[in-house]
Amino acid sequence: MTGTASPAIHISGAAALQDETRSPVPSTQREGLTVSMLINGQPYQFNIDSRTSLLDLLRDHAGLTGTKKGCDHGQCGACTVLTDGRRTLSCMSFAAMNDGWEITTIEGLSSADGDLHPMQQAFIDHDAFQCGYCTPGQILSAVACVEEGHAESDADIREYMSGNLCRCAAYPNIVAAVKQARNEMEKA
Amino acid sequence: MLPFDYERASTVREALAACAGSSEMPPTGAPSQFIAGGTNMSDYMRLGVTRPSHLMDINLIQDASLRTIEIGSLEIRLGALVRMSEVEDHQEISRRCPMLPESLKVAASRQIRNMATLAGNVLQRTRCEYFREISWPCNKRNPGSGCSAMDGFNRQHAVLGVSDACIATYHGDFAQALIALDATVEIAGQGANRRIRFAELHLQPGDNPEVETVLRPDEMITAIVISVPGWAARSKYLKIRDRESYAFALASTAVALDLDGDIVRDVRIGLGGVASVPWRAVPAEDVLRGKIFSEDLASKAADAAFANAKPREHNAFKVALGKQTLVRALMEVREMKL
Repeated sequence: MTGTASPAIHISGAAALQDETRSPVPSTQREGLTVSMLINGQPYQFNIDSRTSLLDLLRDHAGLTGTKKGCDHGQCGACTVLTDGRRTLSCMSFAAMNDGWEITTIEGLSSADGDLHPMQQAFIDHDAFQCGYCTPGQILSAVACVEEGHAESDADIREYMSGNLCRCAAYPNIVAAVKQARNEMEKA
Repeated sequence: MLPFDYERASTVREALAACAGSSEMPPTGAPSQFIAGGTNMSDYMRLGVTRPSHLMDINLIQDASLRTIEIGSLEIRLGALVRMSEVEDHQEISRRCPMLPESLKVAASRQIRNMATLAGNVLQRTRCEYFREISWPCNKRNPGSGCSAMDGFNRQHAVLGVSDACIATYHGDFAQALIALDATVEIAGQGANRRIRFAELHLQPGDNPEVETVLRPDEMITAIVISVPGWAARSKYLKIRDRESYAFALASTAVALDLDGDIVRDVRIGLGGVASVPWRAVPAEDVLRGKIFSEDLASKAADAAFANAKPREHNAFKVALGKQTLVRALMEVREMKL
Protein backbone atom coordinates (compact mmCIF):
# COMPACT_ATOMS: atom_id res chain seq x y z
CA MET A 1 0.00 0.00 0.00
CA THR A 2 3.03 2.24 0.18
CA GLY A 3 2.47 2.97 -3.50
CA THR A 4 -0.27 5.41 -2.57
CA ALA A 5 2.21 7.76 -0.90
CA SER A 6 3.70 10.42 -3.08
CA PRO A 7 5.57 13.57 -2.15
CA ALA A 8 3.33 16.56 -2.86
CA ILE A 9 4.97 18.87 -5.29
CA HIS A 10 2.69 21.90 -5.07
CA ILE A 11 3.39 22.59 -1.43
CA SER A 12 6.30 24.54 -0.09
CA GLY A 13 5.93 24.44 3.65
CA ALA A 14 3.75 23.96 6.68
CA ALA A 15 2.00 27.32 6.51
CA ALA A 16 1.12 26.90 2.86
CA LEU A 17 0.07 23.35 3.56
CA GLN A 18 -2.40 24.55 6.16
CA ASP A 19 -3.85 27.34 4.07
CA GLU A 20 -4.33 25.25 0.98
CA THR A 21 -5.60 22.05 2.48
CA ARG A 22 -7.57 22.84 5.63
CA SER A 23 -10.71 23.57 3.72
CA PRO A 24 -14.10 21.90 3.58
CA VAL A 25 -14.34 18.81 1.47
CA PRO A 26 -16.68 19.86 -1.34
CA SER A 27 -18.91 16.80 -1.15
CA THR A 28 -19.07 13.73 1.00
CA GLN A 29 -16.42 11.16 0.24
CA ARG A 30 -15.82 7.56 1.14
CA GLU A 31 -12.98 6.38 -1.08
CA GLY A 32 -10.21 8.25 -2.78
CA LEU A 33 -10.02 10.98 -0.18
CA THR A 34 -7.01 13.16 -0.84
CA VAL A 35 -5.09 14.00 2.29
CA SER A 36 -1.91 16.07 2.57
CA MET A 37 0.33 16.37 5.56
CA LEU A 38 3.85 17.23 6.59
CA ILE A 39 5.39 14.16 8.18
CA ASN A 40 8.79 14.65 9.80
CA GLY A 41 9.25 17.79 7.71
CA GLN A 42 8.46 16.07 4.39
CA PRO A 43 5.28 16.87 2.45
CA TYR A 44 3.15 13.83 1.64
CA GLN A 45 -0.09 13.33 -0.24
CA PHE A 46 -2.28 10.25 0.07
CA ASN A 47 -5.36 8.76 -1.50
CA ILE A 48 -7.20 6.93 1.23
CA ASP A 49 -10.40 5.25 2.33
CA SER A 50 -12.24 7.33 4.95
CA ARG A 51 -11.79 4.57 7.54
CA THR A 52 -7.99 4.83 7.53
CA SER A 53 -6.65 5.79 10.94
CA LEU A 54 -3.69 8.13 11.21
CA LEU A 55 -1.76 5.14 12.59
CA ASP A 56 -2.51 2.94 9.58
CA LEU A 57 -1.72 5.81 7.24
CA LEU A 58 1.71 6.25 8.83
CA ARG A 59 2.52 2.54 8.85
CA ASP A 60 0.89 1.24 5.68
CA HIS A 61 0.73 4.24 3.37
CA ALA A 62 3.80 6.26 4.36
CA GLY A 63 5.84 3.16 5.26
CA LEU A 64 6.86 4.65 8.61
CA THR A 65 6.59 1.58 10.80
CA GLY A 66 8.30 3.08 13.83
CA THR A 67 4.89 4.05 15.18
CA LYS A 68 3.48 0.90 16.77
CA LYS A 69 -0.01 -0.56 16.93
CA GLY A 70 -0.63 -1.95 20.39
CA CYS A 71 -4.29 -2.04 21.41
CA ASP A 72 -5.74 0.10 18.56
CA HIS A 73 -8.22 1.46 21.16
CA GLY A 74 -6.38 4.29 22.89
CA GLN A 75 -5.48 2.26 25.95
CA CYS A 76 -1.73 1.63 25.60
CA GLY A 77 -0.01 4.69 24.07
CA ALA A 78 2.20 2.70 21.68
CA CYS A 79 0.90 4.73 18.72
CA THR A 80 1.76 8.15 20.24
CA VAL A 81 2.86 10.78 17.72
CA LEU A 82 3.23 14.56 17.85
CA THR A 83 0.53 16.49 15.99
CA ASP A 84 1.61 20.10 15.49
CA GLY A 85 3.88 19.48 18.50
CA ARG A 86 1.24 18.02 20.81
CA ARG A 87 1.24 14.34 21.72
CA THR A 88 -1.79 12.44 20.43
CA LEU A 89 -2.85 8.85 19.80
CA SER A 90 -2.69 8.09 16.10
CA CYS A 91 -5.00 5.07 16.42
CA MET A 92 -7.93 7.22 17.60
CA SER A 93 -7.82 9.76 14.80
CA PHE A 94 -9.04 9.24 11.28
CA ALA A 95 -6.29 10.22 8.88
CA ALA A 96 -8.62 12.54 6.97
CA MET A 97 -9.04 14.63 10.12
CA ASN A 98 -5.28 15.34 10.07
CA ASP A 99 -5.32 16.90 6.59
CA GLY A 100 -2.87 19.79 6.58
CA TRP A 101 -1.31 18.96 9.93
CA GLU A 102 2.33 18.48 10.82
CA ILE A 103 3.08 15.04 12.23
CA THR A 104 6.26 13.94 13.99
CA THR A 105 6.99 10.23 14.40
CA ILE A 106 9.95 8.48 15.98
CA GLU A 107 11.66 8.50 12.56
CA GLY A 108 11.69 12.30 12.62
CA LEU A 109 13.16 12.84 16.06
CA SER A 110 16.89 12.51 15.39
CA SER A 111 18.70 15.38 13.71
CA ALA A 112 19.45 15.44 9.99
CA ASP A 113 23.04 14.34 10.60
CA GLY A 114 21.82 11.29 12.51
CA ASP A 115 22.47 12.44 16.08
CA LEU A 116 19.91 10.98 18.43
CA HIS A 117 17.47 13.25 20.25
CA PRO A 118 18.49 13.61 23.93
CA MET A 119 15.42 11.55 24.87
CA GLN A 120 16.45 8.70 22.57
CA GLN A 121 19.99 8.75 24.00
CA ALA A 122 18.62 8.83 27.56
CA PHE A 123 16.48 5.73 26.93
CA ILE A 124 19.64 3.91 25.79
CA ASP A 125 21.74 5.24 28.67
CA HIS A 126 19.20 4.12 31.27
CA ASP A 127 18.18 0.84 29.64
CA ALA A 128 14.62 2.18 29.62
CA PHE A 129 13.15 -0.70 27.64
CA GLN A 130 13.27 -4.43 27.30
CA CYS A 131 11.28 -5.64 24.27
CA GLY A 132 11.12 -2.12 22.83
CA TYR A 133 7.63 -2.28 21.41
CA CYS A 134 6.28 0.61 23.50
CA THR A 135 9.49 2.63 23.17
CA PRO A 136 8.70 4.88 20.17
CA GLY A 137 5.47 5.94 21.87
CA GLN A 138 7.22 6.34 25.22
CA ILE A 139 9.91 8.56 23.70
CA LEU A 140 7.52 10.84 21.81
CA SER A 141 5.27 11.10 24.85
CA ALA A 142 8.31 11.91 27.01
CA VAL A 143 9.52 14.64 24.65
CA ALA A 144 6.11 16.31 24.87
CA CYS A 145 5.96 15.74 28.62
CA VAL A 146 9.19 17.73 29.06
CA GLU A 147 8.09 20.44 26.63
CA GLU A 148 4.75 20.84 28.46
CA GLY A 149 6.66 21.38 31.72
CA HIS A 150 5.19 18.24 33.26
CA ALA A 151 8.50 16.52 34.05
CA GLU A 152 9.56 18.59 37.06
CA SER A 153 9.28 15.77 39.61
CA ASP A 154 9.25 11.97 39.61
CA ALA A 155 5.57 12.05 40.60
CA ASP A 156 4.77 14.41 37.74
CA ILE A 157 6.62 12.22 35.25
CA ARG A 158 4.77 9.10 36.42
CA GLU A 159 1.40 10.87 36.24
CA TYR A 160 1.93 12.50 32.85
CA MET A 161 3.51 9.37 31.32
CA SER A 162 0.70 7.12 32.56
CA GLY A 163 -0.86 6.92 29.10
CA ASN A 164 2.11 4.86 27.89
CA LEU A 165 2.03 1.31 29.16
CA CYS A 166 5.20 -0.82 29.30
CA ARG A 167 4.38 -4.47 29.92
CA CYS A 168 8.08 -5.23 30.46
CA ALA A 169 7.70 -2.76 33.37
CA ALA A 170 10.74 -0.64 32.62
CA TYR A 171 9.03 2.22 34.44
CA PRO A 172 11.79 3.16 36.94
CA ASN A 173 14.33 3.37 34.11
CA ILE A 174 11.92 5.37 31.97
CA VAL A 175 11.55 7.92 34.78
CA ALA A 176 15.35 8.11 35.06
CA ALA A 177 15.68 8.59 31.30
CA VAL A 178 13.06 11.35 31.20
CA LYS A 179 14.89 13.21 34.00
CA GLN A 180 18.22 13.02 32.21
CA ALA A 181 16.75 14.20 28.91
CA ARG A 182 14.77 16.94 30.69
CA ASN A 183 17.99 18.39 32.09
CA GLU A 184 19.64 18.30 28.67
CA MET A 185 16.61 19.70 26.84
CA GLU A 186 16.34 22.55 29.35
CA LYS A 187 20.06 23.39 28.84
CA ALA A 188 19.68 23.41 25.06
CA MET B 1 -15.53 -0.90 10.61
CA LEU B 2 -18.38 -0.20 8.20
CA PRO B 3 -17.72 2.27 5.35
CA PHE B 4 -18.75 5.87 5.92
CA ASP B 5 -18.75 9.16 4.04
CA TYR B 6 -16.44 11.79 5.45
CA GLU B 7 -17.25 15.49 5.26
CA ARG B 8 -16.02 18.72 6.84
CA ALA B 9 -18.19 21.58 8.01
CA SER B 10 -17.00 25.16 7.99
CA THR B 11 -20.01 26.54 9.88
CA VAL B 12 -22.29 25.25 12.61
CA ARG B 13 -25.27 25.62 10.22
CA GLU B 14 -23.55 23.44 7.64
CA ALA B 15 -22.86 20.76 10.22
CA LEU B 16 -26.44 20.78 11.49
CA ALA B 17 -27.92 20.71 7.98
CA ALA B 18 -26.14 17.42 7.29
CA CYS B 19 -28.00 15.84 10.19
CA ALA B 20 -31.46 17.06 9.22
CA GLY B 21 -34.07 14.40 8.68
CA SER B 22 -32.96 12.03 11.41
CA SER B 23 -34.73 13.77 14.27
CA GLU B 24 -36.89 10.80 15.27
CA MET B 25 -34.11 8.70 16.76
CA PRO B 26 -31.67 9.15 19.62
CA PRO B 27 -28.64 11.05 18.34
CA THR B 28 -26.29 8.18 19.14
CA GLY B 29 -28.14 5.98 16.63
CA ALA B 30 -28.45 8.54 13.85
CA PRO B 31 -26.71 7.74 10.54
CA SER B 32 -24.87 11.09 10.64
CA GLN B 33 -22.49 11.71 13.52
CA PHE B 34 -20.30 14.65 14.42
CA ILE B 35 -16.64 13.98 15.07
CA ALA B 36 -14.14 16.31 16.74
CA GLY B 37 -11.50 14.72 19.00
CA GLY B 38 -12.57 11.30 17.83
CA THR B 39 -11.34 9.49 20.93
CA ASN B 40 -14.78 8.11 21.78
CA MET B 41 -16.28 7.93 18.28
CA SER B 42 -13.37 6.10 16.61
CA ASP B 43 -13.23 3.59 19.46
CA TYR B 44 -16.94 2.75 19.35
CA MET B 45 -16.91 2.63 15.55
CA ARG B 46 -14.03 0.18 15.61
CA LEU B 47 -15.94 -1.96 18.12
CA GLY B 48 -19.05 -1.87 15.92
CA VAL B 49 -21.07 -0.27 18.72
CA THR B 50 -21.63 2.92 16.70
CA ARG B 51 -22.19 2.49 12.96
CA PRO B 52 -22.63 5.85 11.26
CA SER B 53 -22.74 6.00 7.48
CA HIS B 54 -21.68 9.64 7.53
CA LEU B 55 -19.14 11.49 9.68
CA MET B 56 -19.20 15.26 9.85
CA ASP B 57 -15.83 16.61 10.99
CA ILE B 58 -16.55 19.77 13.00
CA ASN B 59 -12.93 20.65 13.83
CA LEU B 60 -12.70 23.25 11.08
CA ILE B 61 -15.83 25.22 11.91
CA GLN B 62 -14.60 28.77 11.61
CA ASP B 63 -16.53 30.31 14.51
CA ALA B 64 -13.67 31.09 16.93
CA SER B 65 -15.98 31.09 19.96
CA LEU B 66 -16.11 27.31 19.71
CA ARG B 67 -12.39 27.24 20.48
CA THR B 68 -12.29 30.03 23.05
CA ILE B 69 -11.99 30.07 26.83
CA GLU B 70 -13.60 33.28 28.12
CA ILE B 71 -12.99 34.25 31.73
CA GLY B 72 -15.53 36.80 32.96
CA SER B 73 -15.83 38.19 36.45
CA LEU B 74 -18.77 35.89 37.24
CA GLU B 75 -18.79 33.34 34.43
CA ILE B 76 -16.39 31.08 32.63
CA ARG B 77 -17.41 30.24 29.07
CA LEU B 78 -15.79 27.21 27.48
CA GLY B 79 -16.19 26.69 23.74
CA ALA B 80 -17.31 23.20 22.73
CA LEU B 81 -14.13 22.46 20.76
CA VAL B 82 -11.72 23.52 23.51
CA ARG B 83 -9.51 20.54 24.26
CA MET B 84 -9.49 19.00 27.73
CA SER B 85 -5.78 19.74 28.23
CA GLU B 86 -6.33 23.46 27.60
CA VAL B 87 -8.55 23.80 30.67
CA GLU B 88 -6.36 21.41 32.63
CA ASP B 89 -3.42 23.80 32.13
CA HIS B 90 -5.39 27.03 32.74
CA GLN B 91 -3.90 28.83 35.74
CA GLU B 92 -6.73 31.32 36.24
CA ILE B 93 -9.41 28.62 36.21
CA SER B 94 -7.29 26.60 38.61
CA ARG B 95 -7.06 29.55 41.00
CA ARG B 96 -10.79 30.27 40.90
CA CYS B 97 -12.11 26.73 40.89
CA PRO B 98 -9.48 24.00 41.34
CA MET B 99 -11.92 21.12 40.89
CA LEU B 100 -12.49 22.00 37.21
CA PRO B 101 -8.89 21.45 36.00
CA GLU B 102 -8.35 18.71 38.59
CA SER B 103 -11.26 16.71 37.18
CA LEU B 104 -9.64 16.94 33.73
CA LYS B 105 -6.10 16.15 34.84
CA VAL B 106 -7.12 12.79 36.31
CA ALA B 107 -9.16 11.79 33.25
CA ALA B 108 -7.74 9.54 30.52
CA SER B 109 -4.15 10.28 29.48
CA ARG B 110 -2.46 13.48 28.34
CA GLN B 111 -2.51 12.24 24.73
CA ILE B 112 -6.27 11.75 24.87
CA ARG B 113 -6.80 15.07 26.67
CA ASN B 114 -4.89 16.82 23.87
CA MET B 115 -7.39 15.39 21.38
CA ALA B 116 -10.73 15.20 23.17
CA THR B 117 -13.00 18.24 23.23
CA LEU B 118 -14.95 19.40 26.27
CA ALA B 119 -18.34 18.84 24.61
CA GLY B 120 -17.29 15.41 23.37
CA ASN B 121 -16.03 14.59 26.83
CA VAL B 122 -19.32 15.30 28.57
CA LEU B 123 -21.11 13.24 25.90
CA GLN B 124 -18.78 10.25 26.22
CA ARG B 125 -20.58 6.94 26.30
CA THR B 126 -20.40 4.29 28.98
CA ARG B 127 -17.53 1.84 29.34
CA CYS B 128 -19.89 -0.99 30.39
CA GLU B 129 -18.10 -4.11 29.10
CA TYR B 130 -21.36 -5.61 27.86
CA PHE B 131 -22.17 -2.42 25.94
CA ARG B 132 -18.73 -2.41 24.30
CA GLU B 133 -18.71 -6.09 23.28
CA ILE B 134 -21.42 -6.44 20.65
CA SER B 135 -22.04 -10.17 21.09
CA TRP B 136 -23.79 -9.52 24.45
CA PRO B 137 -27.44 -8.52 24.88
CA CYS B 138 -27.57 -4.85 25.89
CA ASN B 139 -30.63 -2.63 26.17
CA LYS B 140 -28.58 0.50 25.57
CA ARG B 141 -26.98 -0.76 22.34
CA ASN B 142 -29.83 -2.96 21.15
CA PRO B 143 -33.08 -1.85 22.82
CA GLY B 144 -35.19 -4.69 24.23
CA SER B 145 -32.42 -7.30 24.05
CA GLY B 146 -31.87 -7.41 27.82
CA CYS B 147 -29.12 -6.36 30.22
CA SER B 148 -26.15 -8.70 30.56
CA ALA B 149 -24.63 -6.66 33.37
CA MET B 150 -27.58 -7.03 35.73
CA ASP B 151 -26.53 -10.52 36.79
CA GLY B 152 -23.13 -10.50 35.13
CA PHE B 153 -19.77 -9.19 36.22
CA ASN B 154 -20.99 -5.80 37.42
CA ARG B 155 -18.16 -4.58 39.64
CA GLN B 156 -17.77 -1.38 37.57
CA HIS B 157 -21.46 -0.63 37.41
CA ALA B 158 -23.65 2.09 38.87
CA VAL B 159 -25.56 2.02 42.15
CA LEU B 160 -27.40 5.36 41.74
CA GLY B 161 -29.90 6.33 39.05
CA VAL B 162 -30.11 2.78 37.72
CA SER B 163 -33.17 0.99 36.31
CA ASP B 164 -34.27 -2.58 35.64
CA ALA B 165 -33.16 -2.06 32.04
CA CYS B 166 -29.62 -0.73 32.57
CA ILE B 167 -26.98 -0.27 35.28
CA ALA B 168 -24.23 1.19 33.09
CA THR B 169 -22.05 3.83 34.75
CA TYR B 170 -21.47 7.32 33.41
CA HIS B 171 -17.68 7.40 33.69
CA GLY B 172 -16.86 11.05 33.04
CA ASP B 173 -15.00 13.20 35.58
CA PHE B 174 -15.38 16.76 34.23
CA ALA B 175 -19.17 16.37 34.22
CA GLN B 176 -19.19 15.92 37.99
CA ALA B 177 -17.57 19.33 38.48
CA LEU B 178 -20.01 20.85 35.97
CA ILE B 179 -23.11 19.43 37.63
CA ALA B 180 -21.86 20.47 41.08
CA LEU B 181 -21.56 24.06 39.81
CA ASP B 182 -24.94 23.90 38.04
CA ALA B 183 -23.32 24.78 34.70
CA THR B 184 -25.31 25.76 31.60
CA VAL B 185 -25.03 24.20 28.14
CA GLU B 186 -25.48 26.26 24.97
CA ILE B 187 -26.95 24.25 22.12
CA ALA B 188 -27.26 25.18 18.46
CA GLY B 189 -30.13 23.58 16.58
CA GLN B 190 -31.59 23.41 13.09
CA GLY B 191 -34.64 25.29 14.33
CA ALA B 192 -33.47 27.46 17.19
CA ASN B 193 -30.65 27.71 19.67
CA ARG B 194 -31.32 26.94 23.30
CA ARG B 195 -29.68 26.96 26.71
CA ILE B 196 -30.29 24.24 29.26
CA ARG B 197 -28.91 23.40 32.68
CA PHE B 198 -26.13 20.84 32.47
CA ALA B 199 -28.16 18.85 35.01
CA GLU B 200 -30.88 18.44 32.36
CA LEU B 201 -28.56 17.25 29.58
CA HIS B 202 -28.22 13.58 30.53
CA LEU B 203 -31.15 11.21 31.01
CA GLN B 204 -31.30 8.36 33.50
CA PRO B 205 -31.78 5.00 31.75
CA GLY B 206 -35.36 4.27 32.88
CA ASP B 207 -37.08 2.06 30.31
CA ASN B 208 -35.12 3.58 27.42
CA PRO B 209 -31.39 3.41 28.16
CA GLU B 210 -30.62 3.97 24.46
CA VAL B 211 -31.71 7.60 24.90
CA GLU B 212 -28.79 9.13 26.77
CA THR B 213 -29.33 12.89 26.49
CA VAL B 214 -32.00 15.43 25.59
CA LEU B 215 -30.02 16.43 22.47
CA ARG B 216 -31.63 15.88 19.10
CA PRO B 217 -29.52 14.52 16.23
CA ASP B 218 -29.63 17.92 14.51
CA GLU B 219 -28.35 19.76 17.56
CA MET B 220 -24.81 20.50 18.68
CA ILE B 221 -23.36 21.76 21.95
CA THR B 222 -21.52 25.01 21.23
CA ALA B 223 -20.42 26.05 24.73
CA ILE B 224 -20.46 25.24 28.41
CA VAL B 225 -21.01 28.23 30.70
CA ILE B 226 -20.15 28.03 34.38
CA SER B 227 -21.04 30.53 37.10
CA VAL B 228 -18.15 30.32 39.50
CA PRO B 229 -18.87 31.73 42.96
CA GLY B 230 -15.88 33.20 44.81
CA TRP B 231 -15.98 30.40 47.34
CA ALA B 232 -15.40 27.77 44.62
CA ALA B 233 -11.69 28.40 45.26
CA ARG B 234 -12.32 25.95 48.14
CA SER B 235 -13.00 22.97 45.90
CA LYS B 236 -11.40 19.75 44.77
CA TYR B 237 -11.90 16.66 42.67
CA LEU B 238 -11.03 13.36 44.35
CA LYS B 239 -10.93 10.18 42.26
CA ILE B 240 -10.45 6.64 43.56
CA ARG B 241 -9.32 4.02 41.05
CA ASP B 242 -7.96 0.47 40.76
CA ARG B 243 -4.62 1.97 39.70
CA GLU B 244 -3.21 5.35 40.55
CA SER B 245 -3.51 6.90 37.09
CA TYR B 246 -5.13 6.36 33.69
CA ALA B 247 -8.18 4.47 34.92
CA PHE B 248 -11.88 5.19 35.25
CA ALA B 249 -13.26 6.05 38.69
CA LEU B 250 -14.57 3.43 41.03
CA ALA B 251 -15.81 6.40 43.01
CA SER B 252 -15.07 10.09 42.72
CA THR B 253 -16.39 13.38 43.99
CA ALA B 254 -16.31 17.04 43.04
CA VAL B 255 -16.78 19.15 46.16
CA ALA B 256 -16.96 22.92 46.69
CA LEU B 257 -17.45 24.25 50.21
CA ASP B 258 -18.48 27.72 51.38
CA LEU B 259 -17.57 28.16 55.04
CA ASP B 260 -18.47 30.93 57.48
CA GLY B 261 -16.14 29.95 60.30
CA ASP B 262 -17.22 26.38 60.95
CA ILE B 263 -20.71 26.86 59.56
CA VAL B 264 -21.46 25.50 56.10
CA ARG B 265 -22.94 28.44 54.22
CA ASP B 266 -23.20 26.50 50.97
CA VAL B 267 -21.85 23.30 49.45
CA ARG B 268 -21.90 21.58 46.05
CA ILE B 269 -21.32 17.88 45.54
CA GLY B 270 -20.98 15.85 42.34
CA LEU B 271 -20.43 12.08 42.44
CA GLY B 272 -18.63 10.07 39.74
CA GLY B 273 -18.13 6.38 39.07
CA VAL B 274 -21.25 5.40 40.99
CA ALA B 275 -24.21 6.68 38.95
CA SER B 276 -25.81 6.23 35.54
CA VAL B 277 -25.50 9.94 34.71
CA PRO B 278 -23.54 12.93 36.06
CA TRP B 279 -24.78 13.01 39.64
CA ARG B 280 -25.41 15.88 41.99
CA ALA B 281 -25.86 14.73 45.59
CA VAL B 282 -28.58 17.18 46.63
CA PRO B 283 -29.63 15.21 49.74
CA ALA B 284 -26.04 15.34 50.99
CA GLU B 285 -25.84 19.08 50.34
CA ASP B 286 -29.08 19.55 52.31
CA VAL B 287 -27.64 17.70 55.32
CA LEU B 288 -24.59 19.97 55.37
CA ARG B 289 -26.04 23.38 54.56
CA GLY B 290 -26.45 25.70 57.56
CA LYS B 291 -24.82 23.29 60.01
CA ILE B 292 -21.56 23.33 61.94
CA PHE B 293 -19.09 21.26 59.91
CA SER B 294 -17.71 18.10 61.48
CA GLU B 295 -16.57 14.68 60.31
CA ASP B 296 -19.72 13.25 61.83
CA LEU B 297 -21.88 15.63 59.81
CA ALA B 298 -19.90 14.79 56.65
CA SER B 299 -20.56 11.14 57.35
CA LYS B 300 -24.30 11.80 57.72
CA ALA B 301 -24.22 13.67 54.42
CA ALA B 302 -22.52 10.71 52.76
CA ASP B 303 -25.21 8.37 54.14
CA ALA B 304 -27.85 10.65 52.63
CA ALA B 305 -26.07 10.68 49.26
CA PHE B 306 -26.27 6.89 49.01
CA ALA B 307 -29.61 6.34 50.80
CA ASN B 308 -31.25 5.22 47.53
CA ALA B 309 -28.32 3.15 46.26
CA LYS B 310 -29.25 -0.11 44.52
CA PRO B 311 -26.13 -2.28 44.52
CA ARG B 312 -25.89 -5.58 42.62
CA GLU B 313 -23.77 -8.64 43.33
CA HIS B 314 -20.29 -7.24 42.62
CA ASN B 315 -20.62 -3.49 43.12
CA ALA B 316 -21.92 -3.21 46.69
CA PHE B 317 -18.46 -2.01 47.74
CA LYS B 318 -19.14 1.21 45.81
CA VAL B 319 -21.62 2.34 48.45
CA ALA B 320 -19.00 2.24 51.22
CA LEU B 321 -16.25 3.50 48.93
CA GLY B 322 -18.42 6.32 47.57
CA LYS B 323 -19.34 7.48 51.07
CA GLN B 324 -15.73 7.40 52.27
CA THR B 325 -14.58 9.27 49.14
CA LEU B 326 -17.09 12.04 49.85
CA VAL B 327 -16.20 12.29 53.55
CA ARG B 328 -12.47 12.46 52.73
CA ALA B 329 -13.00 15.14 50.08
CA LEU B 330 -15.12 17.25 52.44
CA MET B 331 -12.49 16.97 55.18
CA GLU B 332 -9.73 17.91 52.74
CA VAL B 333 -11.48 20.97 51.28
CA ARG B 334 -12.26 22.19 54.80
CA GLU B 335 -8.50 22.21 55.50
CA MET B 336 -7.63 24.12 52.31
CA LYS B 337 -5.81 27.41 53.04
CA LEU B 338 -7.17 30.13 50.79
